[in-house]
Parts: sequence; C-alpha cells; structure tokens
Amino acid sequence: MNDAALETPAAAAGRRLTLNLGPQHPSTHGVLRLLVEIEGEFIRKAEPDIGFLHTGIEKQCEALTWQQAVTLTDRVDYLANLSNNLCYALAVEKLLGLEIPPKAQWMRVLLAELTRINSHLVWLGTQALDIGAMSVFLYCFREREDILRIFEMFSGQRMMTSYIRIGGLALEPPRGWDRAVSKFIRGFPAKIQEYEDLLTRNPIWLRRTQGVGCLPLADLIDLGVTGPVLRASGLAWDIRKTEPYSSYEKFDFAIPTRTEGDVYARYLVRLEEMRQSARIVEQALAGMPEGAYQADAPKVVLPDREKMKTQMEALIYHFKIVTEGFQVPAGEVYQAVESPRGELGYYVVSDGTAKPYRVFMRTPSFANLQALPRMIENRLLADTIAAMGSLDFVLGDVDR
Amino acid sequence: MSVQAADVAPIVEAVAARLPGAVAEIRSDRGQAIVYIAPEAIVDVCRFLKEEQQFERLAGITAVDWYPLDPRFEVVYFLHSLSRQQRLRLKCRVAEEQAELDSLTAVWRSANWYEREVFDLFGIRFRGHPNLRRIMLPEDWEGHPLRKDYPVHGFKYGYKDES
Repeated sequence: MNDAALETPAAAAGRRLTLNLGPQHPSTHGVLRLLVEIEGEFIRKAEPDIGFLHTGIEKQCEALTWQQAVTLTDRVDYLANLSNNLCYALAVEKLLGLEIPPKAQWMRVLLAELTRINSHLVWLGTQALDIGAMSVFLYCFREREDILRIFEMFSGQRMMTSYIRIGGLALEPPRGWDRAVSKFIRGFPAKIQEYEDLLTRNPIWLRRTQGVGCLPLADLIDLGVTGPVLRASGLAWDIRKTEPYSSYEKFDFAIPTRTEGDVYARYLVRLEEMRQSARIVEQALAGMPEGAYQADAPKVVLPDREKMKTQMEALIYHFKIVTEGFQVPAGEVYQAVESPRGELGYYVVSDGTAKPYRVFMRTPSFANLQALPRMIENRLLADTIAAMGSLDFVLGDVDR
Repeated sequence: MSVQAADVAPIVEAVAARLPGAVAEIRSDRGQAIVYIAPEAIVDVCRFLKEEQQFERLAGITAVDWYPLDPRFEVVYFLHSLSRQQRLRLKCRVAEEQAELDSLTAVWRSANWYEREVFDLFGIRFRGHPNLRRIMLPEDWEGHPLRKDYPVHGFKYGYKDES
C-alpha cells in the first residue's frame, strides 16, 4: 500500500476510533470478532474476541464412549477432520497399548496428507479471495472437490469422515480407491503450477503480501505459534520428522522453509508443502502394504460380520462393544501430530472406564490466533486482512 | 513410536538442585514423564526451565477435575524444548477452596489465553494475569462447565422429565 496517499498518523493522532471487525465479516473465516482501535488507517490496538463457536466439545467427549468421541474430533477442525481423527486415535491406542497393522498406518498417512492438501487449498482460495484475487478460489475448489470425492468414496462422507477409528480404519478401503487417488495425485503438481502462474509473480499479490504480518522468530515461539507460519520464519520444525507417528519415518519428504516470515513466505511454504504432501501420497500408493486394516484386538475392534454369525465369542464381543464400549486402562497420554495448521495435540486421561475422563485438544488455531494482535498493531488496517488469512485459523478449531 | 524423548531425569535433578522443595513427585505414564510441582514454585520452575534448560515453548495449559477427591484439580502444563526435541509435562495440585495459582504470562506470552480458558471452564484463578476474563463463554455465564459436577446439558435446560 502507498502510505503517502493516506492520512498521516500525526494528522489522525488523537482521533481514535474503535471499530468492530466481525463476527460476521467474511474475511474472518468463521465467527471471529476483532475489536480494533484505529487512528486514520493505522491500527493501534487489536483484541480478538472468540468463543462464538464454542460448543463444549471437550465436555461432550466425557459423555460419550471412547469410540463415539471420534465423531466429535471431526467437528473440531472441519478442514482437517482426518488429522483430528488420527491424533485422537493415536492417543487412545497408546493408552490401550494397541499395535496398528502397517496397512492401516500407511493408509492413515495417505489420508492425512490428502487432508493437508485439502486444507491448504481452502486456505489458498480464501486468502486470495480476501485480498481480491477472485479466480484463484475457483481453481482451488475444483481440486478440493476431487479430494472430497475421494473422502466420500472411503467413508461415505465428504467432511465429517470419522474414518480413522481407534484400532485402525472404520471400513475396508473401497474397491478402486487406488485408481481414484493416483488419478488425482498425478495431475495435482500441474495444478499447483497453475496457482503459481496466477499468484507468485502477480504484482498486486506481491504488494499485498510482502513485508506484511512479520514477527521475529523468538516472538512466534514465545506466543506458541506452530506450523507453516513458524516454518516461513526459518524454523525447520515439523512433528512428522521430529516425533514421527504412524510410520512417517518411512517416507521421504522435505520440510520447506523460508526466512522472510511475511505473508508471502507463508504462501510459498504452504504451496511447497502441498507438493511434498503429493510426494508422500505417491509413496504411500506405491508401497502400500498388504494385510489387515484393523488391529487384532477383539475387545476393541468390532468383529467381522461373518465371524459374528458363526463364532460365539465374536458375538459376545460385538454385543459388549456396542452396548457399553470398551474400557481403557487408567492413565494419561499427550499425542502431538502435525496438522495442516501446526501442532495438534490431544491430551487424553482415562480413569479405567468406557468413557474418556478428560480430553484436552491443543489446537494450533487457538495458539496461532493469539499472535494476531502483535502482527497487525501499528500497521495498516488493510494489512489486517492479509495477515489474518495467512495465519490460517479455523474458528471451530479455536473455540472447540 | 514414543513421542517423548525418554530421559528427563537430569532436568528434574537440575530443577530440584536449584529450587529445593519445588519438585513434589515424578511419575511416568506410557513412557511420558510427569513432574508434580509445588504450586507456589511453578513460576520459578518454569522460568528456570525456559531460561536455563531450553524449554522455549509452552504448548498449552489445561486442567483435570478429580472431583470428589481433594485436592480437586490438577493444572497441567505442556512444555516443549525445540533445541532438544523433548517434552515435559508439569502438574500442580490445586484445592477447590483455594483455586488459585500464579500466572505464567510473564514467562511465556502463550500462557495468556490458556490461563483464561482454564479460568473460564474450570474456575481456577491465576494471580497476576493481565486480563483474566472469560474467553469461551459469555461474560455473564454462571458456573464452569468442565467441572465434573456441572451437567453436560448445563443447569438451565434440563430434559423434560427432569424438574
């Protein structure tokens, strides 16, 4: 933005205006209310007001059985359902001491990476839309639709998949899933190039994003920011590499980083992450192990339909799991995964009964949003929209 | 597949040597270390861990309600060291009558919203917090929903057959 054309801060000093951005403003990506005090075009103070989407998910988890609570994890971050399913399932499996068969682990990786692409596509489309580049949104949603179709093929649901369950996967992967995924993923890198052609050297895009929303790396860490925002400021930290889960250590991928730390750097990091995710999906396709898609744990996993009709024990287990759920040994576990937005952590406490005693979700959006005021204070109001979009928060993930 | 780098013993020893009486108990669950800290020492311990043991990040704060046990609450702090790739979980036991702890906002700024959330949903207060208001629920909400004696459907709207 051309600062000279605007009212100088000196002229506007003393004429402070309190402005209410949201909660229904479209660029807040949900229902975020942002109270800003402005002097002319400059923001002097900003305060996010959250909680409009608070639905007490953590409390509701305590009223459901362990397996039922999976459906609530979908609704936390509605753009990264499978990452949430995965994190919760890993935490409970650790409490149970369950061993997950390789095929289920690889399938989870494949789905988590498709989720990352899905989430980044929504981010890219809406970020561009906010800044005024309408058409990028249409391109992104074209590919997102393909991913949602794949999710529907797997689970019967486009968004609230609940496909990753405690003990493995909900259903056997459908016939022809590999063809559908490979058709999408082969064509995808060319699509990323299309987005790049639209934006990477676009002068309007550059002027709206470069040098906007910067914070020193130490401040970001202190504020608890994680994920692509941190990597765009130069820290190559990715939980998939440092604390690998679900066989991520068997995949070959790079952690893209930039050092500028502005909105443009975050854009470049996320685009590169989509390319890396596509690589992981291709590796998962090529090396998908054979075998069971659920753990061999009759007390936790529902028995095969055929077994249930022919074996007494299987019928008893089925009855017990369906009527009262399964008990999880007392204890507590904190499990972190790299969601598209950063560190997603589930802290799960069991008192030995069939329902979770406490589920705490350490959601990346909550921590990332906390850093927003420091990024936009004493900067132009117009930059707020760009900075806000670049944090890529989902209000469902913030409010839970 | 262990998330935690296992060995936190030297860190805990360093804390105990610097701040005698601060470490109340050490436990391990599924290979993850849990250190109980005396509530009055929590700020000193965290400052020491951040400044001298490279725990640069506070990943989050939450609480667990063990009603009707006494002390009723456990406040849980998730610490993470980026340079050592190590995680550490600190806990403080808090009784209901004196549900108060010192705020960590002066050590990590990320503590701000997490402490507000614990205050909002559990009713545990944090001394010295710059802005201790409800964060998720409306300002005039009554009660703290994540307490175990708070019904899932709330106090206001019961089922039809309840009074």
